[in-house]
Amino acid sequence: MNYVSSIGLYFIMIKDTFRRMTKRSVLWRLIFQEINDLVLKSMGIVIFISFFIGAVVTIQTALNLTNPLIPKELIGYAARQSILLEFAPTFVSVIMAGKVGSFITSSIGTMRVTEQIDALEVMGINSLNYLVFPKIIAMLMYPFIIGIAMFVGIMGAYLAGVYGGFLDGAQFLTGLRDDFIPFHVFYAFFKTLVFAFLLATIPAYHGYYMKGGALEVGKASTTSFVWTSVVIIITNYIITQLLLS
Amino acid sequence: MIKVENLHKSFGDTKVLKGISTVFEKGKTNLIIGQSGSGKTVFLKNLVGLFEPEQGFIYYEDKRYQNLTASERRNLRKEMGMVFQGGALFDSMNVEENVKFPLRMFTKLSNTEMKNRVQEVLERVNLKDVNTRFPAEISGGMQKRVSIARAIVNQPKFLFCDEPNSGLDPRTATVIDNLIQELTKEYNITTVINTHDMNSVFEIGEKIVYLQDGNLAWEGTKEEIHHSDNQDLSDFVYSSNLFRKVKKAYQRGL
Repeated sequence: MNYVSSIGLYFIMIKDTFRRMTKRSVLWRLIFQEINDLVLKSMGIVIFISFFIGAVVTIQTALNLTNPLIPKELIGYAARQSILLEFAPTFVSVIMAGKVGSFITSSIGTMRVTEQIDALEVMGINSLNYLVFPKIIAMLMYPFIIGIAMFVGIMGAYLAGVYGGFLDGAQFLTGLRDDFIPFHVFYAFFKTLVFAFLLATIPAYHGYYMKGGALEVGKASTTSFVWTSVVIIITNYIITQLLLS
Repeated sequence: MIKVENLHKSFGDTKVLKGISTVFEKGKTNLIIGQSGSGKTVFLKNLVGLFEPEQGFIYYEDKRYQNLTASERRNLRKEMGMVFQGGALFDSMNVEENVKFPLRMFTKLSNTEMKNRVQEVLERVNLKDVNTRFPAEISGGMQKRVSIARAIVNQPKFLFCDEPNSGLDPRTATVIDNLIQELTKEYNITTVINTHDMNSVFEIGEKIVYLQDGNLAWEGTKEEIHHSDNQDLSDFVYSSNLFRKVKKAYQRGL
């Protein structure tokens, strides 16, 4: 019953977020601020992770394809498919649930604890719109980092494959272009956009409706990470079932 | 002027406010006192509209809050300022941006006009050279003053303060109390202050409302409080030895 009312409250929050818009000039400043905090500041970790995940995926695939009948190109193909379909959009999003998610929960949660949200409400400002809406809009930029993650991931795969001596560059590139289905790119970015929305709203929910003090802010961040990743994983399953099978 | 009529508020099964009727006068510092858990904060949050009362009415000047539409309520909120217990300054903004915030949200002033107004208000609360500092970098007393500056920058008709001098040393507390009283007189604001500081009661208690278990147990002025025969009020106000001596001295006409 508790879960049901939480889910209900989450959707009420979403609805209220889009009501009573904050003054436009203020909103623009907030959106650019959030793009900086949420998207640009995540760039480093995303590039780092995707590079090495791409590299490791290639090494693992190469080490496990010992049968001489299987063409080496398959390594490039496997790297492309795994990075494009899952590692860049889903894996990175789960990491972002930790980074962006805990940032959102703790910043909104602290505002709740120190009565800053009440201060906004007393002034007659829709605090949900003021706090959550700019985050949702800023996260529309999130697919761009995932695009970069795909590129860097495949670059890591190439470097690890070729300079690790598992296959030569031409073979990798042939594999990379093998059986390419453009719809997969649409699928990947579509789900990224859905994850972006979840990454902005679920942590915001946990921060906005938290009660208590500093300790509870920490707890809320943990809970928000758990729930954001759970929902991302389930959504990933549903979207994959709907779009690819 | 704010008039409250038979205000009721409960959370679940616990009744917090059990029918409060009173009037907070314009140009006066009105104090709400009472023990922790007597419903002070809930009462104040009802007054600023953070809570919706179950029963009873609140009138701001001649407007009945319960009759107002959502947009009229928003406009009314723009005429209110509130000083929160912890200051509730936005920690992502510096002092100047904090004070400028209501102006940027609700007025069409130009940047220079806003800056001038902010400077004027900051000087009024005796804050100099702190414009670019962040709330975490200034002392508690300064935070309170910034908070007061932010509350009055948009020239409110109603000012609400939730324990404005809790956590401050006695001297700073008196400075804050007097500042609030001066501003109240200067701009003819209806000020409602939630406090459990007896110094404030005797300094600026032009109208005192004593809450007990969600009921209004006594109301009057700081002069009348010495002669009150309400036992609970006396126990509360004169709980310390010092104030009991003050009372004796006062009654002896010293």
